[in-house]
Parts: sequence; structure tokens; C-alpha cells
Amino acid sequence: MAVSIVHRVTGHALAFGAVVIFAWWLAALASGPTYYRLFQDIVFSPLGVVVGFGLTWSMFQHMGSGIRHFIMDSGEGFDLVTSRRMALVTFVFSALATLAFWAFILLGRGY
Amino acid sequence: MAEFSLPSNSVIKATGKTYPAPAGASRTKAFKVYRWNPDDGENPRYDTYSLDLDTTGPMVLDALIKIKNEVDPTLTFRRSCREGICGSCSMNIDGTNTLACTMPIADVKGEVVITPLPHMEVIKDLVPDFKHFYAQYASIKPWLQTVTAAPSGEERIQSPDEREKLDGLYECILCACCSTACPSYWWNSDKFLGPAILLQAYRWLADSRDEMTGERLDALEDPFRVYRCHTIMNCSNVCPKGLNPAKAIADIKLMMLERAG
Repeated sequence: MAVSIVHRVTGHALAFGAVVIFAWWLAALASGPTYYRLFQDIVFSPLGVVVGFGLTWSMFQHMGSGIRHFIMDSGEGFDLVTSRRMALVTFVFSALATLAFWAFILLGRGY
Repeated sequence: MAEFSLPSNSVIKATGKTYPAPAGASRTKAFKVYRWNPDDGENPRYDTYSLDLDTTGPMVLDALIKIKNEVDPTLTFRRSCREGICGSCSMNIDGTNTLACTMPIADVKGEVVITPLPHMEVIKDLVPDFKHFYAQYASIKPWLQTVTAAPSGEERIQSPDEREKLDGLYECILCACCSTACPSYWWNSDKFLGPAILLQAYRWLADSRDEMTGERLDALEDPFRVYRCHTIMNCSNVCPKGLNPAKAIADIKLMMLERAG
């Protein structure tokens, strides 16, 4: 049940949060270097990093549970042990992938 | 549509009655039981009964029967076989839908909280209204449907392999623990058939003797009847018979896909 509700919550976060920030990023690119600098300052501020961290976790978690749904749609993995194990794997995957992703970004920026 | 708060006449009152354990009882256990009487116009409440475990049988149903026989005869609940084969005593015990007769008291830490099956209309105390659930069951035509003439002098036969396909399906006792554990069924029980009824639907789709497979799939092909299942897995997690309604629903979806080509 946890994976199912988290799949919905992260899906909504991506559909509403990530889409708005993505559109904003494109608009900032189109608005020239001064505005783009401001955009970067906001996005890489501590608050921006927290929001970004949440959104990338949402992305990896949604991807993991989406793949689990894909496997189950083929009729596999329905016994209780396997389905629970796959649920756990989605959480471990999203946590590790998010940490690796942000380590890559922040270390690259010299934080 | 989803309802996230209880209607005002269903909110549980804080003041329930408390029945103490008999004097001299050494091993006691408290049972906090949902009570609602349609005749007194009051809101529901929890009554707490303390029992002496040394004189109580091992299962939660034993405790309920003891309460009704010896403490409070007004307590209302369904029960029949007391061995997990009739499905009458399905209720929510310690937060999980299960059968009171197969649920050991010893498996519950602290007080035993007992409520009716979630999101069902309550008739009285622990007795929910199954009218809609049974109407949904009737809607899937749960009997063998054939078009060919019956073989003369013998039954319609089935190989052991074909019969094996019904294992894990025929054992369902329609206790509704799974359907009432399903969030999709809570929100959309008017249109979504729910895990119990869909497992039954698959039981007839999987039967080699049934000749109405196409018509059965036609009747289920609908955005709500089957496809409100989002593989949440609550159904399979609570089934007191260890069946897997989620798997049966996935198999229905696969049959529909294969038919569509």
C-alpha cells in the first residue's frame, strides 16, 4: 500500500511542481543571461536545493514504482514476498539514485 | 467519491461503557468494541470489556461470544462455523480485516480494538450491510454457463490440469475482508466490483467447462468494473484464506489484452 500511495503523491509532485520549474527554466533561458543568473541563484539556494532534492527523489521513486507496476501488469510478482521485496527495492533505489544524482551536481559545482 | 471525514452521525463518541474483569482474574485482556444501535439515535461509541483469559477460548470470536453470553447480551455480531469456512465473522481487528474465528487473541498486543469492516454501512454494532456486495456478486453470474448440449449420461468433464487452474479461486468464502480493505473500493464501490467479486469473476473465466468467456469479458470491459484496481495489494495482504485477488484481477486484465490481440 505504501508504494501505491507514494506513487500517486510523487506523480502529483512531478505533474505540478516539476513541470512548473521546468517551464520556468526554459523561460529563464530565453530571457537572457541576467535573468538566467537570478534563476540559478534561486535554484541553487539552500531552499532551492531542498525542493530540487524532493523533486528528483519523486522522479526516481515514481520511476521505480512505475517499473514495479509495469512488471505486475504482466502478471508477475504478485505473491506477497515478491511484491513486498519489489516495494522495498523501489525505496532503496530512489534513495540511492537521489543521493548519487545530487552528489554529482553539488560536487561538480564545488560545494 | 472519496469521503475523508465521517458524517456527523457516524463520529465516534468519547464516552463508552467499561466492563471490568471479574474479581480474582489474573490474566486479563481488554476488548474495545465498536457499538452502534440504530434504534437509540445515539452516535457510535467504543465499549471496553475486560475478560479473564484463563476462562476464555483462544480466538477473538471466543471472546466476543463470551462477552455476549456472560457480560453484555446486547452486543451484535455475525458468526457461524467458528473455523474460517463460512466467512460470517469478518471484521476489523487491531486495524486489519480478518475473521474473528481464526484470529488468535495472543497475536494482538495491548487492548484488542474491534470495529466493523471499513467503509460499509453498519446495520448494528459489528454487522455491516452486504446487500450491495451480494448484488455485485450476482452481477457477474457466478454459475456455469454453457451453450452446448449437456453430454448424455455424464457430467461435463475436466482434466486434472484444467481443474488445477481453479485452485486459489474456489476457496474464496466471500467474507469481504479484501474488498473492504481496498481504497479503490472505498472510493468507488458503486461502480468498481472490488477484489472479492473480481476473484469470483476470474474463477468462472478460468473454468474450462464455462462457454461464456467472451460474454463474461464483455461485461467486465469497463473503466470502472475492473480497471479501478491499481495493484495496491491490500486485498492479497489481508485475505484470511491466503488467496491472491490482486493476481486474479491481473489475470482478467491479461485475458482482455490477449483477446484484443
